[in-house]
Amino acid sequence: MNALSPSTPLLRVEGLEQSFGGVMALAGVSFQLDEGVIQAVIGPNGAGKTTLFNALCGFYRPSAGSIRFAGQELRGLPPYRIAAHGIARTFQNLQLFFNMTVIENVMVGCHLRARTRWLAAALRLPQVRREERQLRQWAREALTLCDLADWAEQSAGALPYGLMKRVEIARALAARPRLLLLDEPAAGLNDTETLALRELIARIRASGVTVLLVEHHMPLVMGVSDRLLVLDYGSVLAEGAPAEIQADPRVIAAYLGGAVHYAV
Amino acid sequence: MRLAGFYGFAALVVLLPLLFPNDYFVIVVGASAGLHAILAVGLNLLVGYAGQISLGHAAFFGMGAYASAILTTRFGWPGLLALLAGLLVAGLLAWLLARPILRLRGHYLAMATLGFGVIVHVILVQATDWTGGPDGLSGIPPLNLFGWTVEGDLQWYGVIAAAMLLAIWLSLNLVDSQIGRALRAVHGSEFAAQMMGIDTARAKTQVFVVSALFAAFAGSLFAHQQAFVSPDSFNLAVSVELVTMVVLGGIASTFGAACGAIALTLLRQGLVVFEDYEMLIHGALLMAVMIFLPQGLFVGLGQALRTGLRRCGLGRRRDRHRSLSTAGVQDPGSPP
Repeated sequence: MNALSPSTPLLRVEGLEQSFGGVMALAGVSFQLDEGVIQAVIGPNGAGKTTLFNALCGFYRPSAGSIRFAGQELRGLPPYRIAAHGIARTFQNLQLFFNMTVIENVMVGCHLRARTRWLAAALRLPQVRREERQLRQWAREALTLCDLADWAEQSAGALPYGLMKRVEIARALAARPRLLLLDEPAAGLNDTETLALRELIARIRASGVTVLLVEHHMPLVMGVSDRLLVLDYGSVLAEGAPAEIQADPRVIAAYLGGAVHYAV
Repeated sequence: MRLAGFYGFAALVVLLPLLFPNDYFVIVVGASAGLHAILAVGLNLLVGYAGQISLGHAAFFGMGAYASAILTTRFGWPGLLALLAGLLVAGLLAWLLARPILRLRGHYLAMATLGFGVIVHVILVQATDWTGGPDGLSGIPPLNLFGWTVEGDLQWYGVIAAAMLLAIWLSLNLVDSQIGRALRAVHGSEFAAQMMGIDTARAKTQVFVVSALFAAFAGSLFAHQQAFVSPDSFNLAVSVELVTMVVLGGIASTFGAACGAIALTLLRQGLVVFEDYEMLIHGALLMAVMIFLPQGLFVGLGQALRTGLRRCGLGRRRDRHRSLSTAGVQDPGSPP
């Protein structure tokens, strides 16, 4: 699928550098992401995929480079400000709030649209009741999109693993992001769940959200993505449509060659 | 109904003195339990919901008490004004302290808050000109509420009971709002909370201030009720006991904290008859609760009751839920 507005990309990353004690985890990564696209970031373990996500989200402070999102510079901002710019994410190792129900998790996802202050909440003023109803409504919509409506009142920790990962997606969507980062969404899922995930990602894009995902599951990556970004040793090895990447000799040497067993 | 439990509890609090108007245990120990409940409910917002430990909370309790004591005895301020001043001082100090101190996690936060509590206690002992030193301050005038002077044990029971119900109501409201969910999110995963747009440093600062306000409020009432304050009421042992109350009753539950405070206060009084063995039995009971009801008295008993009611089916799923949710609860400061 072609980008909606090829001239101004939603996200433009340039020369992003991140080092940990002398190890360059990101050695000048540059790429761009057009609105409405599903792009996957692939690469061998340690290539810097999750580091890239953490840098984009503000969990790391990259030492150089720029992250322009919808025309604004995000590098150096803390995660909660970056979230306010319209980036949401899920986590490779689950970061659900296990001390809450499913719908409460997703209501936290609506936080950016909540206006309640301490005093109003403590006194339970009428606007707080209204907001509670509104947040619950928004959360239900996100749960419905992710086929989780039946699980709303369950404790998040009581769900099967595959559904927990789905709750993370619903929670991220509840923030109404322009860009959704999925960090290994298929890890730990069985074939049926992976198929459902693929369908969900397509649905998310159809709802107008741009998706950037890190994933090792090659059939999913090849099936769902419009574009691929291949990282190796913290640098961009190749970038292009799935068919181009599959035919790229450098990629085959570095990564896909070792992934023949994925393609069964 | 959302507040059904609250109304039931309020009815009990009103009914008790009507049934036992002259019972020392109900009226006097009950008032003391009520003050502890205010402290525990406030501390529970910080410890239970936001997952941040404080081992120095008696300091804020003391600040409220000494603000009332000093301002009413030395400067002749009216009680209510002194109470407000106490809230202001404790809240301001908590705010100044929160940013640097709440960066710390787990054991380090425990040490830092403990240090703060010790410093405040030392100041109360050493600043003799202001605080009366180890002898404390006496002759604190009775509290005057808009022309009504609170006198006698029964009236104090009423005032403290009303204050406690107010504290519980405020806490229930806070918890059941986006503010409360944001605090629980900070507890559940600070990493994810930030990504949801929550300024976690700010949320932690705010809850620290609010729990300090609860403590200072209890402190002011305590000073007027006792008509006397001394540093011993605000030392490290008190801070530890407050945390014990929260954990004993059931962490991250407003009624749990209140019940823990009441249970522990009654227990200490009830065990006095055992004289030398008092502390031994006290300790053994606490250990037994933590071993057999790790979620605390109130929460644990409630859960046991509910699982007993629907015994059939879902065994495995419940076990999984249990282990995961307690893992989240008992590890307040784990980094992502």
